Amino acid sequence: MTGEVSPLRVYLLHAAIILALFALNFMLPPYHHGLMARIMVLAVFAMGYNMLFGYAGLLSLGHAMFFAAGMYGTGLAITHFGTGVPAAFACGIVAGAVLAFAIGLLALRTSGVAFMIVTMMFSQVFYLAILYFAAWTGGDQGMVLQQAARVATLGPLVLDLSHPVGRYMAALALFAIALFATLITVRSRWGRVLVAIRENEERTRMLGYDTFANKLAVTVLSGTIAAAAGSAFALLFGYVGANFAAVQYSILPLLWVLLGGAATTLGPLVGTVVMYYVTDTASSYTSAWLLIVGVVLIALVLFFPKGILGTLRERWAGWLP
Amino acid sequence: MAFGPHLFLALLEGLVSAAVLSLTALGLSLVFGVMRIVNVAHGEFFMLGAVLAWVTSSMLGGHPALGFAAALVAPPLAVGAVAWLAERLVLQRLEYNPEATIVATIGLLYIIQQLALTFYGPEARPVPPPFNYRILLPWFGYSGYKLSIIAFSALLLVATWLVLTRTKVGLLMRATQYDREIAQAFAIPVGRVYAGVFALGAMLAAIAAVLIVPISQAHYLMGHDPLLLSFIVVIIGGLGSLRGTVVAAILIGLSDGIISIFFSPTLAKMVATLAVALVLVFRPQGLFGATAR
Amino acid sequence: MVAMTPLLETRGLKRHFGGLKAVDGVDFTLMPGEIRAVIGPNGAGKTTFVSLVCGRITPSAGTIVFQGRDITNLPAHRRVRQGIAYAFQITSVFPNLSVYDNVALPVQRTLTDGRSQKALREGAMEALQRTGLADRAGVPAGQLAYGHQRLLEVAMGLALRPRLLILDEPTQGLSDGEIEDFVRLVQEVASEATVLLIEHNMPLVMRLAHCITVLDAGRILAEGTPDEIRENVAVQQAYLGTITGEAAA
Repeated sequence: MTGEVSPLRVYLLHAAIILALFALNFMLPPYHHGLMARIMVLAVFAMGYNMLFGYAGLLSLGHAMFFAAGMYGTGLAITHFGTGVPAAFACGIVAGAVLAFAIGLLALRTSGVAFMIVTMMFSQVFYLAILYFAAWTGGDQGMVLQQAARVATLGPLVLDLSHPVGRYMAALALFAIALFATLITVRSRWGRVLVAIRENEERTRMLGYDTFANKLAVTVLSGTIAAAAGSAFALLFGYVGANFAAVQYSILPLLWVLLGGAATTLGPLVGTVVMYYVTDTASSYTSAWLLIVGVVLIALVLFFPKGILGTLRERWAGWLP
Repeated sequence: MAFGPHLFLALLEGLVSAAVLSLTALGLSLVFGVMRIVNVAHGEFFMLGAVLAWVTSSMLGGHPALGFAAALVAPPLAVGAVAWLAERLVLQRLEYNPEATIVATIGLLYIIQQLALTFYGPEARPVPPPFNYRILLPWFGYSGYKLSIIAFSALLLVATWLVLTRTKVGLLMRATQYDREIAQAFAIPVGRVYAGVFALGAMLAAIAAVLIVPISQAHYLMGHDPLLLSFIVVIIGGLGSLRGTVVAAILIGLSDGIISIFFSPTLAKMVATLAVALVLVFRPQGLFGATAR
Repeated sequence: MVAMTPLLETRGLKRHFGGLKAVDGVDFTLMPGEIRAVIGPNGAGKTTFVSLVCGRITPSAGTIVFQGRDITNLPAHRRVRQGIAYAFQITSVFPNLSVYDNVALPVQRTLTDGRSQKALREGAMEALQRTGLADRAGVPAGQLAYGHQRLLEVAMGLALRPRLLILDEPTQGLSDGEIEDFVRLVQEVASEATVLLIEHNMPLVMRLAHCITVLDAGRILAEGTPDEIRENVAVQQAYLGTITGEAAA
């Protein structure tokens, strides 16, 4: 973060990752192909979470509500208003941004443990609201989005999002945009301010920065990215469900980010990929695959708090953003 | 049934929930008060108490009262042992860093919950109550066992209060709560006090679960609601304040019981959770607690 | 004598903590270009006073006027932008960030020509050169020797290009050689900014300060030139009259 790092190396690395993911489209067997599309969308969720947790240092236990806001914003738009894909996507993103702004205004008045509990509780309220207004949201059962509704038309371009390749490419496009957006933010002056707030908020305040406004801004950014992932998930996989608003989906991004390496741009992707394959394998043996989640969380926090890429960066590759 | 008796019934039901809730919440409150950490796995200690109660009573057979008496002793001790182990192996190593302990206790939550799923299974199983005496009130009959829950909880709360305020052990705990560094300077074995407090918190939750399990059933997911409600009680009552915890538990237990009878439980939970989140935002010391040291 | 507007004025400034009257009615005036030292026995309220000025704490009563503007209710970060910089008594740098990044933050704050990466770099290196830390730019701030961390603290304040630089016990823990460098730095800074200095090092205060304010029990006990203060009986008693005072000269 000294600004002395060669930007070329960094951007090339990230571009290479995108290209590799692109190439995988043609190489992966159908099952893994679908899994990878899912992983990329969830990695976007993790990247959004990482902005708040890794870079700004705010541990939220309620991010499921932002993911779900995007998911339901889109799902409701399509189911009840019959909007097209681009408009529905926009609805999801706006819903997430607005919710993040409102929650941020309230929750950022607290810090530390209280912040964790408050975010968890607001998220729980959101989940209960989805169940309560079941007439609109489908409650526990959720809603299915028909294939026909998931065809995106942008002028002359038509993209069938339910088709495996269309889905994969859309997921990749979203992932690439989110990845470069976080990369640019993190290397920018504002990124430096966020890290400063994380490292020593009082000092940053006394250097003339409005720390509340900055924290609110990154909360909105984080929530919007998470909502984009939720919206994409609904569009690409055709299902909107209350379980995505439950507390589990607040813990999972924390897990993915911790595992991959908090405060690294590629950590979220690494964490999501690893955890997904681990739990995928585990759930073919037992229904108690969450046990692995528990063990990994404790192992991480005890022995590898910096995660995979974080430890890598510390030991060898100090230039990794 | 007319409205009056209906309300009275709701009140009784509320008191039963409040009784169980105050024990559970007290466990959470003690842990936060003394150790300054939030134990998200607290609900799983509750669940473990209930599950082990089923194991104990079904292993023992014979008269249900025997099985239940054993269940009042063995499961809480076992749960206390699990908690003690977790504290020594994990929490102590993390030096009670607030964020790290929350993540670690989340991990602990999943481990305990999923182990219960693996070994106990996904079914809900009942435990027979020790006696089936029905008290006949003018308007309705009410379970004598439920009333005994209220009495027993009150007893346990008083006992805990006495231990905290009148015994040497309690004094050690309060000294450590007040100022950890000075306690260490006075050669108070802070590490052991912490392990003890964490175990005690878990045991309170476990006993509460044993008390309630003859009425509800033992299920591997039953820790979720008590955890949420305990959080609400502790936040409203003020973290670390015993009196606040009890008052808040009675308030919440009663209102939860009454509201759930007249309104949708989902709505009740929603409003309660939202109210508590707002309390935490605008009045972090709760209604009774002093601002954190 | 040209009458100048005071840079900083406080009227009836009070701060109570429950029963403790940390600052108890201070009327303070600071002219631009001064090097003013604030001294007093422990617990006199010096740090509380400057914390009120820079906005870290809110007053119980009284007003603060800076450059003619009432800043009593202005939040701390806005006061920094108005031109007040505070260097913490207990070193508060960013230990995991490099020395360069530490000063880049305040420079970034003040840059008005926006995007220029070059201007940022120049501003940061200039602040480091003035405090003698330029050759340590890449070192994580937490790894610096204590004296250098204090200097970094000052460098960060300087990088804000303040009108008023408040230094809270800046030489504590510095070696004699480092103190000499520091004296030269402050005299240089005084040509561009007004310096308000809390210090316990009496010889240093006598050398550097144009004017000294003595606080005791939350009130101004005396104010004057170094010679006047040295002769002042009440000041001597305040320092020596309690159980152990810090001997003045």
